[in-house]
Amino acid sequence: MFPKCELPSGPKFLEIDAVDRVFPTPQGPYVALQGIDLTIEPGEFICAIGHSGCGKSTLLNIVAGLDRASAGGVILEGKEVRGPGPDRMVVFQNHSLLPWLTVRQNIALGVNRVFAHLPKGERRQIVDEHIDMVHLRPAADKYPRELSGGMKQRVGIARALALRPKLLLLDEPFGALDALTRGRLQEQLMEICNHHQISAMMVTHDVDEALLLSDRIVMLTNGPAARIGQILTVDLPRPRERLTVVNHPAYYRMRGELVDFLNRQKARKQLQLARAKGLVRQRENLEKTTLDLGFIPLTDCAPLASPWKRVFFADQGLDVNLVRGTGWGRSPKI
Amino acid sequence: MNKGLALQIWESLRRVAIGYTLAAVVGIGGGIAIGTNKLLFRACDPFFQILRTIPPLAWLPIALAAFRQVEPSSIFVIFVTAVWPVLINTAVGVQEVPQDYRNVARVLQLPRLQYFWTILLPSAAPYIFTGMRIAVGLSWLAIVAAEMLTGGVGIGFFIWDSYNSSRMSDLIVALIYVGVVGFVLDKAIYYLGKAVVQSDGT
Repeated sequence: MFPKCELPSGPKFLEIDAVDRVFPTPQGPYVALQGIDLTIEPGEFICAIGHSGCGKSTLLNIVAGLDRASAGGVILEGKEVRGPGPDRMVVFQNHSLLPWLTVRQNIALGVNRVFAHLPKGERRQIVDEHIDMVHLRPAADKYPRELSGGMKQRVGIARALALRPKLLLLDEPFGALDALTRGRLQEQLMEICNHHQISAMMVTHDVDEALLLSDRIVMLTNGPAARIGQILTVDLPRPRERLTVVNHPAYYRMRGELVDFLNRQKARKQLQLARAKGLVRQRENLEKTTLDLGFIPLTDCAPLASPWKRVFFADQGLDVNLVRGTGWGRSPKI
Repeated sequence: MNKGLALQIWESLRRVAIGYTLAAVVGIGGGIAIGTNKLLFRACDPFFQILRTIPPLAWLPIALAAFRQVEPSSIFVIFVTAVWPVLINTAVGVQEVPQDYRNVARVLQLPRLQYFWTILLPSAAPYIFTGMRIAVGLSWLAIVAAEMLTGGVGIGFFIWDSYNSSRMSDLIVALIYVGVVGFVLDKAIYYLGKAVVQSDGT
Protein backbone atom coordinates (compact mmCIF):
# COMPACT_ATOMS: atom_id res chain seq x y z
CA MET A 1 0.00 0.00 0.00
CA PHE A 2 1.21 3.46 -0.79
CA PRO A 3 0.82 6.06 1.86
CA LYS A 4 -2.11 8.28 1.16
CA CYS A 5 -1.03 11.69 0.08
CA GLU A 6 -3.21 14.70 -0.32
CA LEU A 7 -3.63 15.87 -3.86
CA PRO A 8 -3.43 19.59 -4.43
CA SER A 9 -7.05 20.52 -4.64
CA GLY A 10 -8.50 22.87 -7.24
CA PRO A 11 -8.90 26.56 -6.65
CA LYS A 12 -10.65 27.33 -3.42
CA PHE A 13 -13.70 29.58 -3.28
CA LEU A 14 -11.90 32.37 -1.51
CA GLU A 15 -8.31 32.39 -0.42
CA ILE A 16 -6.72 35.08 1.67
CA ASP A 17 -3.05 34.41 1.20
CA ALA A 18 -0.36 35.83 3.47
CA VAL A 19 -1.91 39.27 3.53
CA ASP A 20 0.06 42.08 5.14
CA ARG A 21 -1.14 45.64 5.38
CA VAL A 22 1.28 48.39 6.28
CA PHE A 23 0.18 52.00 6.59
CA PRO A 24 2.79 54.69 6.17
CA THR A 25 2.59 57.21 9.01
CA PRO A 26 4.75 60.20 9.89
CA GLN A 27 6.21 58.11 12.73
CA GLY A 28 7.24 55.38 10.31
CA PRO A 29 5.35 52.44 8.84
CA TYR A 30 2.54 50.99 10.94
CA VAL A 31 1.90 47.28 10.42
CA ALA A 32 -1.84 46.75 10.78
CA LEU A 33 -2.12 43.17 9.57
CA GLN A 34 0.55 40.57 9.28
CA GLY A 35 0.45 37.19 7.59
CA ILE A 36 -3.30 36.65 7.39
CA ASP A 37 -4.11 33.26 5.83
CA LEU A 38 -7.67 32.10 5.48
CA THR A 39 -9.76 30.06 3.09
CA ILE A 40 -13.51 30.30 2.86
CA GLU A 41 -15.70 27.53 1.49
CA PRO A 42 -18.73 28.28 -0.66
CA GLY A 43 -21.83 28.84 1.42
CA GLU A 44 -19.82 29.43 4.55
CA PHE A 45 -20.50 32.26 6.97
CA ILE A 46 -17.32 33.59 8.54
CA CYS A 47 -17.10 36.13 11.33
CA ALA A 48 -13.95 38.06 12.11
CA ILE A 49 -13.92 39.14 15.72
CA GLY A 50 -11.48 41.28 17.64
CA HIS A 51 -11.14 44.46 19.61
CA SER A 52 -11.68 47.84 17.99
CA GLY A 53 -8.76 48.97 15.90
CA CYS A 54 -7.33 45.48 15.46
CA GLY A 55 -7.62 45.69 11.70
CA LYS A 56 -10.66 43.51 11.08
CA SER A 57 -12.33 46.17 8.96
CA THR A 58 -9.08 46.62 7.06
CA LEU A 59 -9.11 42.91 6.29
CA LEU A 60 -12.69 43.15 5.05
CA ASN A 61 -11.82 46.14 2.88
CA ILE A 62 -8.94 44.22 1.36
CA VAL A 63 -11.29 41.36 0.46
CA ALA A 64 -13.77 43.91 -0.91
CA GLY A 65 -11.00 45.44 -2.99
CA LEU A 66 -11.51 48.87 -1.44
CA ASP A 67 -8.05 48.61 0.08
CA ARG A 68 -4.95 46.88 -1.29
CA ALA A 69 -2.82 44.46 0.65
CA SER A 70 0.79 45.58 1.05
CA ALA A 71 1.89 41.98 0.51
CA GLY A 72 0.04 38.79 -0.26
CA GLY A 73 -3.31 38.74 -1.97
CA VAL A 74 -6.89 37.60 -2.13
CA ILE A 75 -8.09 35.05 -4.66
CA LEU A 76 -11.78 34.63 -5.39
CA GLU A 77 -12.64 31.55 -7.46
CA GLY A 78 -9.16 31.41 -8.93
CA LYS A 79 -8.97 35.09 -9.82
CA GLU A 80 -6.99 37.66 -7.92
CA VAL A 81 -8.97 40.49 -6.37
CA ARG A 82 -7.60 43.68 -7.83
CA GLY A 83 -10.35 46.14 -7.09
CA PRO A 84 -13.86 46.49 -5.79
CA GLY A 85 -16.69 44.85 -7.68
CA PRO A 86 -20.35 43.94 -7.29
CA ASP A 87 -19.47 40.25 -6.92
CA ARG A 88 -18.21 41.15 -3.43
CA MET A 89 -20.91 43.56 -2.38
CA VAL A 90 -20.43 45.26 0.96
CA VAL A 91 -23.00 46.08 3.64
CA PHE A 92 -21.40 49.16 5.13
CA GLN A 93 -21.25 49.95 8.81
CA ASN A 94 -23.22 53.19 8.46
CA HIS A 95 -25.58 51.90 5.77
CA SER A 96 -24.18 54.35 3.16
CA LEU A 97 -27.49 54.80 1.38
CA LEU A 98 -27.62 57.71 -1.00
CA PRO A 99 -29.91 60.23 0.71
CA TRP A 100 -31.19 61.71 -2.54
CA LEU A 101 -32.53 58.38 -3.79
CA THR A 102 -35.56 56.49 -2.51
CA VAL A 103 -35.26 52.97 -1.13
CA ARG A 104 -36.27 51.56 -4.51
CA GLN A 105 -33.81 53.79 -6.39
CA ASN A 106 -30.99 52.93 -4.02
CA ILE A 107 -31.48 49.23 -4.69
CA ALA A 108 -32.11 49.77 -8.39
CA LEU A 109 -28.85 51.69 -8.81
CA GLY A 110 -26.82 48.53 -8.40
CA VAL A 111 -29.34 46.22 -10.05
CA ASN A 112 -29.46 48.32 -13.22
CA ARG A 113 -25.69 48.32 -13.28
CA VAL A 114 -25.13 44.60 -12.73
CA PHE A 115 -28.11 43.25 -14.67
CA ALA A 116 -27.90 45.76 -17.50
CA HIS A 117 -28.45 42.92 -19.96
CA LEU A 118 -31.88 42.04 -18.52
CA PRO A 119 -35.08 43.75 -19.71
CA LYS A 120 -36.47 46.55 -17.58
CA GLY A 121 -39.38 44.54 -16.19
CA GLU A 122 -37.14 41.80 -14.93
CA ARG A 123 -34.81 44.27 -13.22
CA ARG A 124 -37.78 45.86 -11.53
CA GLN A 125 -38.87 42.44 -10.37
CA ILE A 126 -35.46 41.79 -8.81
CA VAL A 127 -35.69 45.08 -6.94
CA ASP A 128 -39.22 44.36 -5.70
CA GLU A 129 -38.27 40.87 -4.66
CA HIS A 130 -35.46 42.16 -2.47
CA ILE A 131 -37.57 44.92 -0.98
CA ASP A 132 -40.01 42.21 0.06
CA MET A 133 -37.19 40.04 1.34
CA VAL A 134 -36.39 42.63 4.00
CA HIS A 135 -40.07 43.46 4.50
CA LEU A 136 -39.85 47.05 3.35
CA ARG A 137 -42.65 47.13 0.80
CA PRO A 138 -44.51 50.00 2.58
CA ALA A 139 -41.33 52.10 2.65
CA ALA A 140 -40.20 51.40 -0.90
CA ASP A 141 -40.69 54.94 -2.13
CA LYS A 142 -39.44 56.73 0.96
CA TYR A 143 -36.15 58.54 1.31
CA PRO A 144 -33.54 57.17 3.74
CA ARG A 145 -34.02 60.08 6.15
CA GLU A 146 -37.61 58.94 6.66
CA LEU A 147 -36.48 55.50 7.84
CA SER A 148 -35.27 54.25 11.20
CA GLY A 149 -31.72 53.00 11.65
CA GLY A 150 -32.76 49.36 11.45
CA MET A 151 -34.76 49.94 8.27
CA LYS A 152 -31.82 51.73 6.65
CA GLN A 153 -29.57 48.80 7.43
CA ARG A 154 -32.16 46.43 5.97
CA VAL A 155 -32.12 48.47 2.78
CA GLY A 156 -28.32 48.17 2.82
CA ILE A 157 -28.63 44.39 3.06
CA ALA A 158 -31.27 44.27 0.33
CA ARG A 159 -29.12 46.46 -1.92
CA ALA A 160 -26.20 44.10 -1.43
CA LEU A 161 -28.15 40.87 -1.89
CA ALA A 162 -30.01 42.14 -4.96
CA LEU A 163 -26.75 42.00 -6.89
CA ARG A 164 -26.42 38.26 -6.13
CA PRO A 165 -22.84 38.67 -4.92
CA LYS A 166 -20.60 35.63 -4.79
CA LEU A 167 -19.47 36.78 -1.38
CA LEU A 168 -21.39 39.10 0.91
CA LEU A 169 -19.21 41.33 3.06
CA LEU A 170 -20.65 42.88 6.20
CA ASP A 171 -18.75 45.50 8.16
CA GLU A 172 -20.28 45.61 11.65
CA PRO A 173 -23.70 46.03 10.06
CA PHE A 174 -25.66 46.05 13.30
CA GLY A 175 -23.18 47.95 15.45
CA ALA A 176 -25.19 51.16 15.59
CA LEU A 177 -28.57 49.57 16.30
CA ASP A 178 -30.44 49.01 19.54
CA ALA A 179 -30.45 45.48 20.98
CA LEU A 180 -33.99 44.53 19.92
CA THR A 181 -33.58 45.66 16.33
CA ARG A 182 -30.19 44.02 16.18
CA GLY A 183 -31.59 40.68 17.28
CA ARG A 184 -34.39 40.81 14.74
CA LEU A 185 -32.03 41.74 11.92
CA GLN A 186 -29.62 38.97 12.88
CA GLU A 187 -32.42 36.46 12.54
CA GLN A 188 -33.52 37.87 9.22
CA LEU A 189 -29.99 37.86 7.87
CA MET A 190 -29.45 34.31 9.05
CA GLU A 191 -32.68 33.17 7.42
CA ILE A 192 -31.78 34.84 4.12
CA CYS A 193 -28.27 33.41 4.16
CA ASN A 194 -29.51 29.90 4.93
CA HIS A 195 -32.21 30.06 2.35
CA HIS A 196 -30.04 31.35 -0.47
CA GLN A 197 -26.82 29.56 0.51
CA ILE A 198 -24.91 32.83 0.67
CA SER A 199 -21.23 32.91 1.44
CA ALA A 200 -20.49 35.77 3.75
CA MET A 201 -17.76 37.36 5.75
CA MET A 202 -18.74 39.61 8.59
CA VAL A 203 -16.80 41.82 10.95
CA THR A 204 -18.16 42.21 14.45
CA HIS A 205 -17.15 42.61 18.04
CA ASP A 206 -20.30 41.03 19.41
CA VAL A 207 -19.56 37.51 20.65
CA ASP A 208 -23.18 36.30 20.62
CA GLU A 209 -23.78 37.69 17.17
CA ALA A 210 -20.74 35.82 15.89
CA LEU A 211 -21.84 32.55 17.50
CA LEU A 212 -25.37 32.83 16.19
CA LEU A 213 -24.46 33.53 12.59
CA SER A 214 -21.12 31.89 11.84
CA ASP A 215 -19.87 28.58 10.70
CA ARG A 216 -16.40 29.62 11.74
CA ILE A 217 -15.17 32.50 13.85
CA VAL A 218 -11.79 34.01 13.11
CA MET A 219 -10.26 35.70 16.13
CA LEU A 220 -7.81 38.46 15.41
CA THR A 221 -5.12 39.49 17.87
CA ASN A 222 -4.69 43.11 18.80
CA GLY A 223 -2.70 45.34 16.52
CA PRO A 224 -0.12 46.39 15.64
CA ALA A 225 0.71 43.43 13.40
CA ALA A 226 -2.60 41.74 14.05
CA ARG A 227 -2.82 38.15 12.93
CA ILE A 228 -5.27 35.30 13.24
CA GLY A 229 -4.99 34.12 16.81
CA GLN A 230 -7.48 31.27 16.72
CA ILE A 231 -10.23 29.89 14.53
CA LEU A 232 -13.30 28.49 16.22
CA THR A 233 -15.58 26.15 14.31
CA VAL A 234 -19.15 26.69 15.39
CA ASP A 235 -20.86 23.34 14.92
CA LEU A 236 -24.22 24.33 16.36
CA PRO A 237 -26.94 22.70 14.26
CA ARG A 238 -28.83 24.82 11.75
CA PRO A 239 -31.37 26.29 11.50
CA ARG A 240 -30.49 28.19 14.62
CA GLU A 241 -32.72 30.41 16.66
CA ARG A 242 -31.50 33.26 18.74
CA LEU A 243 -33.36 32.19 21.87
CA THR A 244 -32.79 28.44 21.74
CA VAL A 245 -29.22 28.36 20.50
CA VAL A 246 -27.99 29.36 23.96
CA ASN A 247 -29.37 26.11 25.38
CA HIS A 248 -27.07 23.98 23.27
CA PRO A 249 -24.57 22.22 25.55
CA ALA A 250 -21.59 23.47 23.55
CA TYR A 251 -22.72 27.10 23.39
CA TYR A 252 -21.18 28.35 26.60
CA ARG A 253 -17.96 26.45 26.06
CA MET A 254 -17.51 28.22 22.73
CA ARG A 255 -18.65 31.53 24.11
CA GLY A 256 -16.17 31.12 26.94
CA GLU A 257 -13.41 30.42 24.47
CA LEU A 258 -14.17 33.61 22.54
CA VAL A 259 -14.48 35.80 25.60
CA ASP A 260 -11.33 34.32 27.06
CA PHE A 261 -9.43 35.08 23.87
CA LEU A 262 -10.68 38.64 23.78
CA ASN A 263 -9.86 39.15 27.45
CA ARG A 264 -6.35 37.86 26.95
CA GLN A 265 -5.91 40.26 24.05
CA LYS A 266 -7.16 43.08 26.19
CA ALA A 267 -4.83 42.19 29.03
CA ARG A 268 -1.91 42.04 26.62
CA LYS A 269 -2.82 45.43 25.24
CA GLN A 270 -2.98 46.93 28.70
CA LEU A 271 0.36 45.46 29.60
CA GLN A 272 1.87 46.89 26.42
CA LEU A 273 0.37 50.29 27.16
CA ALA A 274 1.61 50.18 30.72
CA ARG A 275 5.09 49.24 29.55
CA ALA A 276 5.09 52.04 27.05
CA LYS A 277 4.18 54.49 29.78
CA GLY A 278 6.91 53.08 32.00
CA LEU A 279 4.49 51.96 34.69
CA VAL A 280 5.81 48.45 34.88
CA ARG A 281 9.40 49.01 35.82
CA GLN A 282 9.92 46.67 38.63
CA ARG A 283 13.24 47.93 39.79
CA GLU A 284 11.84 51.20 41.13
CA ASN A 285 9.68 49.13 43.43
CA LEU A 286 12.45 46.95 44.73
CA GLU A 287 13.44 47.69 48.25
CA LYS A 288 16.91 46.42 47.70
CA THR A 289 18.92 47.10 44.61
CA THR A 290 21.93 45.24 45.81
CA LEU A 291 21.36 41.52 45.74
CA ASP A 292 23.48 38.68 46.90
CA LEU A 293 22.76 35.57 44.90
CA GLY A 294 24.25 32.34 46.05
CA PHE A 295 25.56 29.70 43.66
CA ILE A 296 27.35 26.43 43.84
CA PRO A 297 30.30 26.23 41.53
CA LEU A 298 30.29 23.78 38.64
CA THR A 299 26.60 23.02 38.98
CA ASP A 300 23.75 25.00 37.44
CA CYS A 301 25.24 28.39 38.00
CA ALA A 302 25.40 29.29 34.31
CA PRO A 303 21.97 31.05 34.20
CA LEU A 304 23.29 33.44 36.82
CA ALA A 305 26.93 33.62 35.96
CA SER A 306 26.67 34.38 32.28
CA PRO A 307 24.28 37.35 32.57
CA TRP A 308 26.39 38.61 35.41
CA LYS A 309 29.50 38.40 33.24
CA ARG A 310 27.69 40.26 30.49
CA VAL A 311 26.58 42.95 32.94
CA PHE A 312 22.89 42.38 32.18
CA PHE A 313 21.98 42.91 35.78
CA ALA A 314 23.76 46.22 35.87
CA ASP A 315 21.90 47.26 32.73
CA GLN A 316 18.67 46.76 34.62
CA GLY A 317 19.93 48.86 37.52
CA LEU A 318 20.53 45.91 39.78
CA ASP A 319 23.72 45.52 41.71
CA VAL A 320 24.19 41.78 41.93
CA ASN A 321 26.86 39.97 43.83
CA LEU A 322 27.35 36.34 43.14
CA VAL A 323 28.22 34.50 46.32
CA ARG A 324 29.90 31.19 46.19
CA GLY A 325 28.14 28.67 48.39
CA THR A 326 29.27 25.33 49.62
CA GLY A 327 26.08 23.34 49.73
CA TRP A 328 22.29 23.56 49.30
CA GLY A 329 21.87 24.64 52.83
CA ARG A 330 21.09 28.21 53.68
CA SER A 331 24.22 30.22 53.23
CA PRO A 332 25.12 32.16 56.33
CA LYS A 333 26.24 35.14 54.31
CA ILE A 334 22.92 35.77 52.60
CA MET B 1 -35.99 110.47 -15.58
CA ASN B 2 -39.36 109.32 -16.75
CA LYS B 3 -39.40 105.72 -15.60
CA GLY B 4 -41.09 104.43 -12.48
CA LEU B 5 -39.48 102.64 -9.59
CA ALA B 6 -40.69 99.25 -10.70
CA LEU B 7 -39.11 99.66 -14.12
CA GLN B 8 -35.86 100.81 -12.56
CA ILE B 9 -35.80 97.74 -10.33
CA TRP B 10 -36.74 95.55 -13.27
CA GLU B 11 -33.79 96.92 -15.21
CA SER B 12 -31.41 96.15 -12.32
CA LEU B 13 -32.89 92.71 -11.86
CA ARG B 14 -32.40 91.96 -15.53
CA ARG B 15 -28.70 92.76 -15.29
CA VAL B 16 -28.34 90.73 -12.12
CA ALA B 17 -30.14 87.83 -13.75
CA ILE B 18 -27.80 87.78 -16.74
CA GLY B 19 -24.61 88.26 -14.73
CA TYR B 20 -25.68 85.85 -12.03
CA THR B 21 -26.71 83.11 -14.44
CA LEU B 22 -23.39 83.40 -16.23
CA ALA B 23 -21.60 83.25 -12.89
CA ALA B 24 -23.56 80.20 -11.77
CA VAL B 25 -22.82 78.34 -14.99
CA VAL B 26 -19.13 79.20 -15.00
CA GLY B 27 -18.83 78.78 -11.24
CA ILE B 28 -20.44 75.35 -11.09
CA GLY B 29 -18.62 74.13 -14.21
CA GLY B 30 -15.27 75.49 -13.09
CA GLY B 31 -15.83 74.34 -9.52
CA ILE B 32 -16.47 70.78 -10.62
CA ALA B 33 -13.40 70.88 -12.85
CA ILE B 34 -11.04 72.09 -10.16
CA GLY B 35 -12.76 70.04 -7.45
CA THR B 36 -12.20 66.77 -9.28
CA ASN B 37 -8.69 67.57 -10.41
CA LYS B 38 -6.25 68.02 -7.56
CA LEU B 39 -3.49 69.44 -9.72
CA LEU B 40 -5.81 71.99 -11.30
CA PHE B 41 -7.11 72.93 -7.88
CA ARG B 42 -3.65 73.54 -6.50
CA ALA B 43 -2.71 75.53 -9.57
CA CYS B 44 -5.79 77.76 -9.57
CA ASP B 45 -6.66 78.14 -5.91
CA PRO B 46 -4.06 80.83 -5.03
CA PHE B 47 -5.25 83.01 -7.90
CA PHE B 48 -8.88 82.60 -6.91
CA GLN B 49 -8.08 83.46 -3.32
CA ILE B 50 -6.57 86.76 -4.49
CA LEU B 51 -9.10 87.55 -7.18
CA ARG B 52 -12.08 87.01 -4.93
CA THR B 53 -10.90 89.63 -2.45
CA ILE B 54 -10.95 92.39 -5.07
CA PRO B 55 -13.99 94.57 -4.35
CA PRO B 56 -16.62 94.43 -7.11
CA LEU B 57 -16.45 98.11 -7.90
CA ALA B 58 -12.72 97.94 -8.50
CA TRP B 59 -13.56 95.88 -11.57
CA LEU B 60 -15.84 98.56 -12.98
CA PRO B 61 -13.28 100.90 -14.53
CA ILE B 62 -11.42 98.08 -16.22
CA ALA B 63 -14.72 96.69 -17.48
CA LEU B 64 -15.74 100.08 -18.83
CA ALA B 65 -12.37 100.44 -20.51
CA ALA B 66 -12.73 97.03 -22.08
CA PHE B 67 -16.37 97.07 -23.14
CA ARG B 68 -16.85 100.84 -23.61
CA GLN B 69 -20.52 100.38 -22.77
CA VAL B 70 -22.47 100.57 -19.56
CA GLU B 71 -24.62 97.47 -20.00
CA PRO B 72 -21.94 94.78 -20.48
CA SER B 73 -19.75 96.47 -17.89
CA SER B 74 -22.32 96.24 -15.13
CA ILE B 75 -23.12 92.66 -16.13
CA PHE B 76 -19.42 91.88 -15.93
CA VAL B 77 -19.23 93.36 -12.44
CA ILE B 78 -22.14 91.16 -11.33
CA PHE B 79 -20.49 88.15 -12.91
CA VAL B 80 -17.14 88.72 -11.26
CA THR B 81 -18.80 89.30 -7.89
CA ALA B 82 -20.96 86.23 -7.99
CA VAL B 83 -18.60 83.74 -9.58
CA TRP B 84 -16.15 83.25 -6.68
CA PRO B 85 -18.49 82.02 -3.97
CA VAL B 86 -20.13 79.62 -6.41
CA LEU B 87 -16.82 78.40 -7.77
CA ILE B 88 -15.10 77.89 -4.45
CA ASN B 89 -18.11 76.29 -2.77
CA THR B 90 -18.64 73.92 -5.66
CA ALA B 91 -14.99 72.90 -5.62
CA VAL B 92 -15.16 72.18 -1.88
CA GLY B 93 -18.45 70.32 -2.25
CA VAL B 94 -16.99 68.12 -4.94
CA GLN B 95 -13.92 67.40 -2.86
CA GLU B 96 -16.02 66.59 0.18
CA VAL B 97 -18.04 63.77 -1.36
CA PRO B 98 -18.14 61.40 1.62
CA GLN B 99 -15.90 58.35 1.38
CA ASP B 100 -18.95 56.14 1.97
CA TYR B 101 -20.60 57.30 -1.24
CA ARG B 102 -17.35 56.94 -3.14
CA ASN B 103 -17.05 53.38 -1.83
CA VAL B 104 -20.58 52.57 -2.97
CA ALA B 105 -19.72 53.88 -6.43
CA ARG B 106 -16.50 51.87 -6.48
CA VAL B 107 -18.14 48.62 -5.43
CA LEU B 108 -20.91 49.07 -8.02
CA GLN B 109 -18.28 50.09 -10.59
CA LEU B 110 -20.42 53.01 -11.72
CA PRO B 111 -19.25 54.53 -15.00
CA ARG B 112 -17.85 58.06 -14.72
CA LEU B 113 -20.85 59.77 -16.22
CA GLN B 114 -23.29 57.98 -13.95
CA TYR B 115 -21.04 58.69 -10.95
CA PHE B 116 -21.18 62.35 -11.89
CA TRP B 117 -24.98 62.53 -12.11
CA THR B 118 -26.02 60.16 -9.33
CA ILE B 119 -23.34 60.73 -6.72
CA LEU B 120 -21.06 63.68 -7.26
CA LEU B 121 -23.60 66.34 -8.21
CA PRO B 122 -26.28 65.49 -5.61
CA SER B 123 -23.64 65.20 -2.93
CA ALA B 124 -22.13 68.60 -3.79
CA ALA B 125 -25.54 70.24 -4.22
CA PRO B 126 -25.84 71.65 -0.69
CA TYR B 127 -22.46 73.35 -1.08
CA ILE B 128 -23.37 74.66 -4.52
CA PHE B 129 -26.59 76.19 -3.24
CA THR B 130 -24.82 77.77 -0.29
CA GLY B 131 -22.42 79.40 -2.75
CA MET B 132 -25.27 80.53 -4.95
CA ARG B 133 -27.09 82.05 -2.01
CA ILE B 134 -24.05 84.04 -0.97
CA ALA B 135 -23.55 85.06 -4.60
CA VAL B 136 -27.06 86.38 -5.11
CA GLY B 137 -26.74 88.65 -2.10
CA LEU B 138 -23.38 89.95 -3.26
CA SER B 139 -24.68 90.58 -6.79
CA TRP B 140 -27.51 92.68 -5.50
CA LEU B 141 -25.07 94.69 -3.38
CA ALA B 142 -22.80 95.17 -6.36
CA ILE B 143 -25.42 96.21 -8.91
CA VAL B 144 -26.72 99.08 -6.79
CA ALA B 145 -23.21 100.43 -6.33
CA ALA B 146 -22.25 99.91 -9.95
CA GLU B 147 -25.33 101.68 -11.27
CA MET B 148 -24.64 104.69 -9.08
CA LEU B 149 -21.36 105.07 -10.92
CA THR B 150 -22.46 104.19 -14.42
CA GLY B 151 -25.74 106.10 -14.51
CA GLY B 152 -28.45 105.61 -17.11
CA VAL B 153 -31.09 103.29 -15.75
CA GLY B 154 -31.38 101.01 -12.74
CA ILE B 155 -32.25 101.30 -9.09
CA GLY B 156 -28.77 102.38 -8.12
CA PHE B 157 -28.89 105.31 -10.50
CA PHE B 158 -32.40 106.13 -9.28
CA ILE B 159 -31.11 106.46 -5.72
CA TRP B 160 -28.21 108.64 -6.77
CA ASP B 161 -30.46 110.75 -8.95
CA SER B 162 -32.97 111.21 -6.12
CA TYR B 163 -30.15 112.42 -3.92
CA ASN B 164 -28.93 114.89 -6.51
CA SER B 165 -32.42 116.27 -7.00
CA SER B 166 -33.06 116.30 -3.25
CA ARG B 167 -36.04 113.96 -3.49
CA MET B 168 -35.53 112.44 -0.07
CA SER B 169 -38.84 110.58 0.05
CA ASP B 170 -38.04 108.81 -3.24
CA LEU B 171 -34.66 107.93 -1.87
CA ILE B 172 -36.09 106.30 1.23
CA VAL B 173 -38.75 104.41 -0.71
CA ALA B 174 -36.05 103.15 -3.11
CA LEU B 175 -33.95 101.89 -0.20
CA ILE B 176 -36.89 99.92 1.14
CA TYR B 177 -37.46 98.45 -2.31
CA VAL B 178 -33.82 97.46 -2.58
CA GLY B 179 -33.98 95.76 0.79
CA VAL B 180 -37.16 93.87 0.00
CA VAL B 181 -35.92 92.72 -3.40
CA GLY B 182 -32.63 91.53 -1.90
CA PHE B 183 -34.53 89.59 0.74
CA VAL B 184 -36.79 87.99 -1.87
CA LEU B 185 -33.80 87.01 -4.04
CA ASP B 186 -32.07 85.39 -1.09
CA LYS B 187 -35.17 83.44 -0.07
CA ALA B 188 -35.84 82.40 -3.65
CA ILE B 189 -32.44 80.71 -3.88
CA TYR B 190 -32.91 79.24 -0.41
CA TYR B 191 -36.21 77.60 -1.31
CA LEU B 192 -34.90 76.51 -4.69
CA GLY B 193 -32.05 74.79 -2.90
CA LYS B 194 -34.39 73.20 -0.38
CA ALA B 195 -36.57 71.84 -3.16
CA VAL B 196 -33.64 70.40 -5.11
CA VAL B 197 -31.35 69.09 -2.38
CA GLN B 198 -32.15 65.78 -0.67
CA SER B 199 -30.01 65.59 2.42
CA ASP B 200 -30.00 62.70 4.82
CA GLY B 201 -31.47 64.90 7.51
CA THR B 202 -29.00 63.93 10.21
